[in-house]
Amino acid sequence: MTTSWTVTPPEPPSAAPAGSRSMGKEHRVTGRPTASKSSAGRTGRKAPGAGVSADSDPPRHLHSYRQMMRIRVFEEHANDLYLSAKMPGLTHMYAGEEAVAVGVCDALTREDYITSTHRGHGHCIAKGARLDLMFAELLGKASGYNRGKGGSMHIADQENGNLGANAIVGGSAGIATGAALSARMQGTDRVAVCFFGEGALGQGLLYEVMNMAQLWKLPVLYVCENNLYNEYTHFEETTAGAILDRPRAFGIHTAEVDGQDVTAVSAVAGELVARARRGDGPSFLLAHTYRYYGHHVGDIQRDYYRSKDEESHWRSERDPLTLYAAWLTERGIVTAAELEAVEAEVRAEAEAAVTFGLEAPYPDESEVTLHVYA
Amino acid sequence: MSTPSRTLSKEGPARTITFSQAVNEALAEEMRRDPRVFILGEDVAEAGTPFKVLSGLVEEFGPERVRDTPISEAGFTGVAVGAAMTGMRPVVDLMFGDFLTLVMDQLVNQAAKTHYMSGGKLKVPMVLRTTLGATRRSAAQHSQSLHAWVSHIPGLKVALPATPRDAKGLMKAAIRDDNPVVIVEDKLSFQDKGPVPEGELIIPLGQAEVKRAGTDITFVATSSMVLVALQAAEQLEAHGISAEVVDPRSLAPLDADTLIASARKTGRVVVVDEGHQSYGASAELAAVIADGAFYYLDAPVRRMGAMDVPVPFSPVLEDVTVPTPKQLTALAREMCPPA
Repeated sequence: MTTSWTVTPPEPPSAAPAGSRSMGKEHRVTGRPTASKSSAGRTGRKAPGAGVSADSDPPRHLHSYRQMMRIRVFEEHANDLYLSAKMPGLTHMYAGEEAVAVGVCDALTREDYITSTHRGHGHCIAKGARLDLMFAELLGKASGYNRGKGGSMHIADQENGNLGANAIVGGSAGIATGAALSARMQGTDRVAVCFFGEGALGQGLLYEVMNMAQLWKLPVLYVCENNLYNEYTHFEETTAGAILDRPRAFGIHTAEVDGQDVTAVSAVAGELVARARRGDGPSFLLAHTYRYYGHHVGDIQRDYYRSKDEESHWRSERDPLTLYAAWLTERGIVTAAELEAVEAEVRAEAEAAVTFGLEAPYPDESEVTLHVYA
Repeated sequence: MSTPSRTLSKEGPARTITFSQAVNEALAEEMRRDPRVFILGEDVAEAGTPFKVLSGLVEEFGPERVRDTPISEAGFTGVAVGAAMTGMRPVVDLMFGDFLTLVMDQLVNQAAKTHYMSGGKLKVPMVLRTTLGATRRSAAQHSQSLHAWVSHIPGLKVALPATPRDAKGLMKAAIRDDNPVVIVEDKLSFQDKGPVPEGELIIPLGQAEVKRAGTDITFVATSSMVLVALQAAEQLEAHGISAEVVDPRSLAPLDADTLIASARKTGRVVVVDEGHQSYGASAELAAVIADGAFYYLDAPVRRMGAMDVPVPFSPVLEDVTVPTPKQLTALAREMCPPA
C-alpha cells in the first residue's frame, strides 16, 4: 500500500476510527492529515483522471456530491418506508458509507461491471441507477428494476453494468471475477469491481477467486468495505491477522483508504482501475467506513454491540458528506449555496421517486412464472 | 435403442463411437461454431480430465478456452456464472458429481436465480458437466448420484444422457440454451459405444425417448439405469413379458407426456434411478406418472433406487447398493401376473 492513499479530511484528526478496538494491526488510516495540506488538500496526489479529486472541476465534484446525497436521502426514505410499514420485508442501509461507492464508481465507465451486496443501494445509485425504479423495486412493484422479483437485496441494473446485489455474503465474488474473465476473453478493457463487506472475509469463495484472478491477471478490483461489524459482531472478533495480509498472500496489489473521504477513495480507485485496465491484474482496496443504521432497518437496539457514543462520533466527526462539503467549500471549488441547491434537488427527486414507487402497480399474479427460465 | 429420436437436426450417417468421444465431439463442434464457448475446470487441458473425455481439445482451442483451474470448485463455478452473465458461454467441468456439494451456492443461489431475480434482465447460459454412478470401487465420496438435488431447483435444467448419441445431442442443446444446464454423465458409460450421427445433432432438453418398445410393463429409467432396464427387458422376454423402456433424458424440463403415455399403454410402471430412493428423482417421476395415468394403472407405480446408505468401498457391499437387471426382472415378474 502506498501512504499517499491515506486520508486527509478537513476535520480535526481523531485518534482512530471509533469502534476500533485494537489499533495498530490494520488501521493505518486514521483520518489524520498526516502530511501537509497542499492547495489540492492532499498528500502525494497525482494521476490526472484518476478520480474526482485529481482536479478541481466543479461539475465533477458536484456530480459526486449529488450521488452521495442521493444515496443518503434514498436511505432515509427507505428507512421511513419500512418504519411506516409501507415496505415489505426489510432492508440494509448504506448511509455512512456513501464515499466508498461513489468514489469507486466515479473511476468506472458505464460499461464496467460491479457486483454488490445485501447493503447495495449505494452501489446501485453510484453506478447510475434511477431512484424511482429502485423505490418501485423495493416496494415490489412491476415497474421496479427487476419487476419486483428481486427487492432490496437483489437489485440488478445491467444497463449500467450492475450485475446485481447479492444476499449471500461474499456470494458475488465469483461473479465479479467471472465478469473480469469475460472482459479479458472478449478483448475489451472493461473492469469489474466486487464490493463486499468485511464480513465476507470469512467466506472461502473470496480466496478461491482471488487466487484465480491473480493467476490469470484479471481486471478485477475487490473492494472491502470495513464498516466494523459482521452483522452484530465486531470484525476483530471474527478476523484473524491483518486483513491486507490475505490478498497479499496471493501477490495481489493492495491499498487502504479512509472510506469517509470521497476524494481519497476516488483517487485510489482511479489508480487501481487504471492498473486493471492496463492489464496489470487485480487489486484489493480496504476502505474503512461505518454504517449509520443497524445491520438492517429492524436493528434498532444496538447497545449490546456498539455504543451510541461511537455512532454519534462517526456521524458528527466522520460524516462523508459533511467532510466533502467542507473540503469543497474551503477550497472554493463550489459554494455552500451550490451544495444546498444540490441537496434540495435531490430531496425533490427522491420525494417524487417515492411517490412513483408507492403509486406504481404491483405485478400481475401471472408474472410469478415468468423469468424462471430464459 | 431402436426407436428413432425426435431431433431438430439434419443427421449425417451414424458411426460407432464411445460416449466419451461423443461428448468431446459435441464440445469441439460447439467451440468451433461459437467463440464464446469455453471450458474450465480441474485438469481439463493437457490432462483432458482423469476420464480423458476432453483429450485433444486444448491442442485445438488453446489454454484460454480449455482452462485449467485450481482445485476450487465453488470458485471456478462462480467465475463461470459471472462469465455467463457477461456474454460468454462457459462449460464447467466438475470432475465428480459428489463435488456438487461444493458448488451448490453458486448453482442454486446464483446461477439458478439470477434470471428470475433480475426480472429477466440477466441470463446465465452455462453448462456444468458432472458425473454420477457407483460400482467403480471409489467409496462414499466419489460415487454418489446427486442429480435430484439440482433437479429440485427451479431455474436449473438437468440432463442425463444414457447413450453416446444422447451425450452428443444433449450437450450441444445445453450449450445453446440460455439457462444454466447441469449435465450428469454416468462414469461407467464413458467407454460404451453406440451409433452417433456425424455433424449436427441437437436433442432438445425435455424430450424423453422410448429406448425399447413393449406392451406389458414400462421401465422409466435414467442414465446408468437405462442399460439395466434394457438388460432386464431382454431377460423378461424369456418369461413372455414385454417391457418398454422410456428414458426421460432430462429431468428438468421433464417430458411427462411421454412417460404417462407409456404408463397408460402398459398399465404397470417401475421407475429406476441410481439416486438414493428416499426423496429421490424416482419419487418425483413415480408421482408424475401416478397423477397422469392413475385410471390406467393395474398396479401401484414402483421405484428402484440406490439403497439409502453411503456407498461402501468393499465390492461385496457396494454391489448390493445399486439396482441390477436381476432385481428389476424379479420385480417385473412379481408385478405382471402370468397370462
